[in-house]
Amino acid sequence: MRDVAIIGVKNTKFGEMWERSFRDIVVEAGIGAIEDSGVSGDRLDGMYVGNMSGGQFVEQEHIGALIADYSGLSLDLHIPSTRVEAACASGGLAFRQAVMAVASGHEDIVMAAGVEKMTDVSSTAASSALAAAADREWEGIMGATFPGLYAMIARMHMDKYGTTSEQMASVAVKNHKNGSMNPIAQYKSPITVDSVLNSIMVADPLHIFDCSPITDGAAAVVLAPADIAHEYTDTPIYIKATAQASDTIALHDRRDITTLDASVSAGKRAFEMAKMTPADIDLVEVHDCFTIAEICAIEDLGFAKKGEGGKMTEDGETAIGGKVAVNTSGGLKSCGHPVGATGIKQVVEVTQQLRGEAGGRQVDGAEVGMTHNVGGSGATAVVHILARER
Amino acid sequence: MSVARFWRKQINRYNLVGTHCKTCDSYYYPPRNVCPKCRRDGEIEPHKFSGPGDIVTYTIIHTAAEGFEHQAPYVLAIVQLDEGPRFTSQIVCNPEDVHIGMKVKPVFRKLGESGDNGMIYYGTKYVPA
Ligand SMILES: [Zn+2]
Repeated sequence: MRDVAIIGVKNTKFGEMWERSFRDIVVEAGIGAIEDSGVSGDRLDGMYVGNMSGGQFVEQEHIGALIADYSGLSLDLHIPSTRVEAACASGGLAFRQAVMAVASGHEDIVMAAGVEKMTDVSSTAASSALAAAADREWEGIMGATFPGLYAMIARMHMDKYGTTSEQMASVAVKNHKNGSMNPIAQYKSPITVDSVLNSIMVADPLHIFDCSPITDGAAAVVLAPADIAHEYTDTPIYIKATAQASDTIALHDRRDITTLDASVSAGKRAFEMAKMTPADIDLVEVHDCFTIAEICAIEDLGFAKKGEGGKMTEDGETAIGGKVAVNTSGGLKSCGHPVGATGIKQVVEVTQQLRGEAGGRQVDGAEVGMTHNVGGSGATAVVHILARER
Repeated sequence: MSVARFWRKQINRYNLVGTHCKTCDSYYYPPRNVCPKCRRDGEIEPHKFSGPGDIVTYTIIHTAAEGFEHQAPYVLAIVQLDEGPRFTSQIVCNPEDVHIGMKVKPVFRKLGESGDNGMIYYGTKYVPA
């Protein structure tokens, strides 16, 4: 297998983009990443597009072909383009497919993109589309919502480990602070623990400020074999590990409802592949679709002892400048969560950090970063480790 | 949920019929065709569960799922049956009374209805035992 490097990245603005279409935003991200990489677009050998629910959000399927066409890569070139779906982990999985295509030697210059346009439908319809990532026949039929499923994780975490609503709120407070320094973020205003606790209850114990928003957005990266990456950029970022794991589709079938075993498994495989431990990681973008999800993520990936993720957050150890910087982008919570784009956005954020281009939210001397993207209530987890040094 | 998808599992939903693997003596509800522990060596047979269980975890849903708006706030929980399997159910009770470890028993109730067609879904919910 060949070493693989990131040579170009681009996030669009994240937020409500009423005036722009699905294809507009993903083409903006794609062209941006191509420009950033310095390759000519017609050198692309393949394209992988993460998208969760184009069919439900914009009534458009056949996303791979659509994006290749509107990127100007179909006429004459006929570049192969593949849509990848794993619910909210679609972007992370598209990136993984692209990495494997380059690593295998089958393709050289490859784009991984992610996109979701969620505000063209009502918020009820959007919630219903998202609920399709859980078990429709045995969770959805009982009135389960995504906040409801994560609320049941949170309730058990509180019961078992004494995690508090204040600790969960401190995840949101930190991520809004980080997001306030990110120009692409959907929400740039800082919040307080009190404003989280006083916001309306969505699914007890989760308040609306414990939940990530409905977002439009796209992100793209360009990959190349590490051996030729320096022909295009002075700051290639190397992929040290790619890992993916599955678990039960329904939350009720999990071994331990407070642990996402897919995250544990993907994390372990990634650390083995990179020959690293959590102590080597300077920053990590984790899947904080809800505040409790970030607490579980840092525990499941080995940054916190099981049950101590809430306390670690409250103590400031996951802030920029802390033991490990978690969600410097603002995470899904403040930066926004266009579901199919999130996994790619995480890779873009870590790349910008490792290049030293993260502005006010820069982690000093960042050498190694990680991304962690979850689908559903934990049925898929995709983890990557990126580094400045090959 | 579509009518067909609901009706296919109607017997399971109405009567708490799941499956049992004779090879490893594991019980499954919702039913499974393949035992996740034994895989090809598993021997699956239907099993009607006795009914009682207790609450493993729960939430009170205030922002309802589509079609459940008139029920909010409602209690959703993961219930563990005495035979072992866990599944998701609504608990019909005062939201203030629900707690982890609470003993519950099944009741036959309306689950929801399918949009304007008015097709009503029935199935099992739980009440305090
Ligand atoms: Zn078995």
